Amino acid sequence: MKVAVLRFPGTNCEFDTQYAFEKLGHTTELVWHEEETLPADIDMVVVPGGFSYGDYLRSGAIARFSPVMKAVDAYAKDGGKVLGICNGFQILTEAGLLPGALKRNNNLHFISKHQTLRVENNDNAFLNQCQKGEVLNIPIAHADGNYYIDDEGLADLEANNQVLLRYCDAEGNRVVVNGSVTSIAGICNKEKNVFGLMPHPERALEAILGSKDGIKMLKGFAS
Amino acid sequence: MTAVVNVFLKEGVLDPQGKAAHHALDSLGFEGVKDVRIGKQIVLQLDAQDKAKAEAEVKEMCETLLANTVIEDYTIEIK
Repeated sequence: MKVAVLRFPGTNCEFDTQYAFEKLGHTTELVWHEEETLPADIDMVVVPGGFSYGDYLRSGAIARFSPVMKAVDAYAKDGGKVLGICNGFQILTEAGLLPGALKRNNNLHFISKHQTLRVENNDNAFLNQCQKGEVLNIPIAHADGNYYIDDEGLADLEANNQVLLRYCDAEGNRVVVNGSVTSIAGICNKEKNVFGLMPHPERALEAILGSKDGIKMLKGFAS
Repeated sequence: MTAVVNVFLKEGVLDPQGKAAHHALDSLGFEGVKDVRIGKQIVLQLDAQDKAKAEAEVKEMCETLLANTVIEDYTIEIK
């Protein structure tokens, strides 16, 4: 599999993301935000974490107008797989490729820690290697991860199995981490080819560094 | 011409910054504060003559970039 990893001014997780996919045996290519096209031979696009454009105005608000995002929009609408991690998730919601929005954390703090997550749905190209209800340990690091969607939107997410992950305790019970609606940590679009999550699976690849649950998550894309 | 845009979280969308400021005011002894909401003000200097046209253009700017209408409302004042 070949993975395009986008890079905006202020992105800082692009190399971790490349490392993760290369560790899984894939090839990767960094794509600068000024590019108007994506490499022709890619199998998916990852919008990695960081602080694109310094998070000015709103996280992801400026990046979504980068030239490369037009190509990503077309790629996604053509059924191509797109994964947004952290700031990438924020960019994809701002771009309208995923529903809802990400607000400032309820406690106003930047939260950086390992967090347990419950797999809510696995009938998709991302979490198919995980069991429904399984608890994963993945780091989070964000200030604007407080997912908001209105009641109608939430009902749609639930009805279509679009909620991917929720923050939970070690037993899988929902916990409030940042104020997200029903503790949502990750979602996908209705067509299940665009995925977004605040946690960082690319930072959970080695047991010695706290968890390797990220491998299980990311290897879903190739299966 | 100057356009003043105020952007606030929608009614019903919890404003964590407003809530924190409200708690701080309470703990400082300021009584009778019923609600605090924090937004942002964006001031644009426009090279425009026609007020209605300017307002329409700023509205488009708000819808496109300046506000995220999923969670935010905005007001426009042209001076």
